[in-house]
Amino acid sequence: MTDFLAMGGYGAYVWTSIAVFLVVLALEALAPGVQRRRVLAEIRGRVQRRATRAPRNDETP
Amino acid sequence: MRPGSTSSACAAVIRRDLTLIWRRRGDALNPILFALMVIALFPLALGPEPEQLRRIAAGVVFVALLLAGLLALDTLFRSDYEDGSLEQLVLSPHPLSLLLGCKVAVHWLTTALPLIAVAPLLGELLHLPGDVRGVLVLALLLATPLLSLIGAVCVALTVGMHRSGMLLALLVLPLYVPVLIFGAGACNAAQTGLPFLAPLLWLAAALVLALVLAPLACAAALRISLS
Amino acid sequence: MNALTLWFHKTGSPPTFYRIAGVLVPWCYGIGLVLGLVGLYGGLVAAPRDYQQGDAYRIIFVHVPCAWMGLFAYFFMAANAFVALVWRIKLSEILAMASAPIGAAFTFITLVTGSLWGKPMWGTWWTWDARLTSELVLLFLYLGVMGLYAAIEDRRQAARAAGFLALIGIVNLPIVHFSVNWWNTLHQGSTVRLIGPSKIDPAMIWPLLTMALATHVWFFGSVLARTRTGLLELDAGKDWVRRIALAEGARRD
Repeated sequence: MTDFLAMGGYGAYVWTSIAVFLVVLALEALAPGVQRRRVLAEIRGRVQRRATRAPRNDETP
Repeated sequence: MRPGSTSSACAAVIRRDLTLIWRRRGDALNPILFALMVIALFPLALGPEPEQLRRIAAGVVFVALLLAGLLALDTLFRSDYEDGSLEQLVLSPHPLSLLLGCKVAVHWLTTALPLIAVAPLLGELLHLPGDVRGVLVLALLLATPLLSLIGAVCVALTVGMHRSGMLLALLVLPLYVPVLIFGAGACNAAQTGLPFLAPLLWLAAALVLALVLAPLACAAALRISLS
Repeated sequence: MNALTLWFHKTGSPPTFYRIAGVLVPWCYGIGLVLGLVGLYGGLVAAPRDYQQGDAYRIIFVHVPCAWMGLFAYFFMAANAFVALVWRIKLSEILAMASAPIGAAFTFITLVTGSLWGKPMWGTWWTWDARLTSELVLLFLYLGVMGLYAAIEDRRQAARAAGFLALIGIVNLPIVHFSVNWWNTLHQGSTVRLIGPSKIDPAMIWPLLTMALATHVWFFGSVLARTRTGLLELDAGKDWVRRIALAEGARRD
């Protein structure tokens, strides 16, 4: 097992590479979810603003 | 009103641009001053040894002129966009690519040509060998129109934006890489006594291609960013 | 309208595509993950040690698939940008813009892992090798496309402008590659060449191909996930998006 982790002396390079690969791809996969939540929250906000504004518009004229 | 012929439209665009630039003729010196200052920075940073400066002279002059051209690019459509005449160009019945080609040509004549004229002088500041001077000017004569044409396409894409300076550099510089490689490469080859004709011919071929395609691309890009 | 174009239009309509993509995304991620784990196992454990590079060569199993994906994503982006500009298809605009950050991520991984591979093999983190330089220019092209897309307010105009830039980039890419090759041969002898795996062992090739397949599937999963978000953003005023937004809000409360 330690042999496997040492990678013949190149362990630091090999495992950093794998880690960079996994971390970057994981972040990249999380990004659309975060953005999706932001977009949907924004749309909900817009819908609510319109819902609260609508009755006031009826009163003013 | 009957629209005039295309050639008279082109002539009008050229005359107008030249007049506008003549009215602000003080600005024409700015790129030269900028290039001069960039050149002056290198001996200050690297030390005054002529041997070392001679080795990098051609490349440094090339990069300095490229950056000066990059700074000047922003003025290509800026004032025309702000006063609305760019939209009039787009709406005109004449081929937009031709009119834009004229604008780019005027821009090249007024910003790049003075830079090329002082390039041997800039080379002298860095102890560029005398026999490379000709190659440097020739390479610049082929490379700077290419830079202007490629730059014009990217400027057209960013035309409606405020503070587009950094973004423009990000868009343009990767596209400048081959031009720089061949232009500076020809000078370096001449300096080390290697044949330098091939990179110059490549530049010429690219220039011919860009002369045909870049105005078309520029027109398409402008239509996108003004839509 | 024949059956094929009808199918095309139906699938290309935002709500339908959103639904179909929603079904496909977890599958793509799942298959990509499984294939990736198998590939990594094959590359890190099963594949024999290289007689010249020792175990350091195992970086190839993430480096090379990512390099392929960097280019593939660019072609995918440019093809979609072309479709978007010629036929003005909204979906293609979003697909093109969705693939830009993924391609940039893969190119970034390629550069970092290449650097990590170069240190033990060449003795330096970075050399101005032709391939490295073209890869760097590719990353800059991606960043340019993303920067332009982010800088323009109107989403559709931004997508068209950035797509146009992607098309210019794809014309430029072979020229860059060619010029950089020429440039590097001019300065001969300054770099150590990467030892090409000319006679690669089958035990090394199958993990490599598995990893390539895994990254492709993963790429499509990510493109679809990003496209779904892009569609929501673009159709923010439409009814189907509002329904989704409210349904999600209700589930959260």
